Amino acid sequence: MAIIQAKWRLYWSLIKSLQTALLVLTGVAGFMSTRCPFLNLKATLAVMGSLFLAVSGSTILNMWYDRDIDARMTRTRHRPLPAGLISPQEALLLGLVVSGLGVGWAFAMDRLYGLVVFAGLFFDVVVYTIWLKRRTCWSIVWGGISGGMPVLAGRTLGAGRIEWIGVVLALAILFWIPTHILTFSLRYREDYARAGVPTFPSTYGERATQVIIAGSSVMASLLMIVAAYGIGLTVGYLRLMAVLSIGMLLLAIGSAVRPSEHVNFGLFKYASLYMLSTMTLMMLVV
Amino acid sequence: MRKMSVVDRVVLLVTGLLAAYQIVVGVHGAPSLSTWLYTIAFGVLLVAGLLLLIMGFGILDSPLVVIVSTIIPLSLSWGLVVQHAPRFATLYGLFVVVGFLAIVWTRLNADTPKKWATMVLAFVHGVAGLVIFLLPIVLAIRGAMPSGFALVGVGGALIGLGGLLLAFLKAGKPILSQEMILTVLPGLLLLMTAAFVAGFARG
Repeated sequence: MAIIQAKWRLYWSLIKSLQTALLVLTGVAGFMSTRCPFLNLKATLAVMGSLFLAVSGSTILNMWYDRDIDARMTRTRHRPLPAGLISPQEALLLGLVVSGLGVGWAFAMDRLYGLVVFAGLFFDVVVYTIWLKRRTCWSIVWGGISGGMPVLAGRTLGAGRIEWIGVVLALAILFWIPTHILTFSLRYREDYARAGVPTFPSTYGERATQVIIAGSSVMASLLMIVAAYGIGLTVGYLRLMAVLSIGMLLLAIGSAVRPSEHVNFGLFKYASLYMLSTMTLMMLVV
Repeated sequence: MRKMSVVDRVVLLVTGLLAAYQIVVGVHGAPSLSTWLYTIAFGVLLVAGLLLLIMGFGILDSPLVVIVSTIIPLSLSWGLVVQHAPRFATLYGLFVVVGFLAIVWTRLNADTPKKWATMVLAFVHGVAGLVIFLLPIVLAIRGAMPSGFALVGVGGALIGLGGLLLAFLKAGKPILSQEMILTVLPGLLLLMTAAFVAGFARG
């Protein structure tokens, strides 16, 4: 029993649980923005399960492929793969099985839904991690596209087709990702430099990175409000969403005008809270 | 500086949720300008509460805190005047705009004597605080509004107290120790927000 518990703990740390939970939440929010979760409880739980497996699987595969990078970074060198607690073969097998289960489940629910979930996994593992991450800092665009796939998938399953609100929600997440990732790469720029991973701060400098963060925050906020309006949120909820968006915007502008480690990390945390809040709003209201 | 405890975080989260609730429900029967002004006040309260929650009390060191925290009483009092004393709305609006610009100028201009900056802040903040404190209570006593609306005045008293504590702390002449102010601040923010929300609901 103790061995199983220890293994479970190691496997759990491979899936970046908070990040996975946030992505699953966006997918569930996308679905719930079209269907009542209580009347569609089985489908809602299936969206949660399939997305959890697909996102977890792709994260494990990322961890497997990037184990050499993780070993060179102070922040990540204690992860199970670089620390030698799990063998690369075991992680690869686990990642393939979990991804396969997630994508398979998604296809079994609906072909179009399965296709979007598969696209998310493909963009994340193959295009972002394997092809572009070590070559160009612009790889995060593809990371952003894959990050937007869960919400598009959820919305597509609920609506029965790919429609504009789902695309706008996915675009909002695409523009939100730089706020999230670039603030992180600013905080750990030395770590990334040591690992030889090209980032915006190392390629274009901190100033340009801060401006890009501010610009992408503006776009993410505007797109989120457009999507919320399209979904049919009432004026009161739109006001609240506008307030939360303006908060992120001001923080991003503050970070660009007067950069500091403290404000930068505050923006990183606020961006996560913003996504959590806006997605929760969409789920609760509709 | 004092580290934020779990209780502080929970209290700030509840404060944020109450402010978010007020933004969503708005104030029944308020003209649209008042609604926007109330939204600005509760919006600043919500975002400031969230920033305190995620960045800790260290954020209070920022010189912008005084300016941002002034927006809450100014916009709330202006909203009340527009809704309940529309004859004075333009005049009071002028006071709010000029007062806010004066606070921004005296806070950001390094040449301004500290004494002047504190006097301008105390005057503008004080007038706004008095409006929030007195107007709802007078309206409730006169019977123009239900008695529960007086709770908005209680919120006004609390915001005045919080504003004074922070202003004197930032001016380097704290009324209470910094430790004590930071201990009571989350609770004060929660009580103030709860009083506003309850007052507007009963009004």
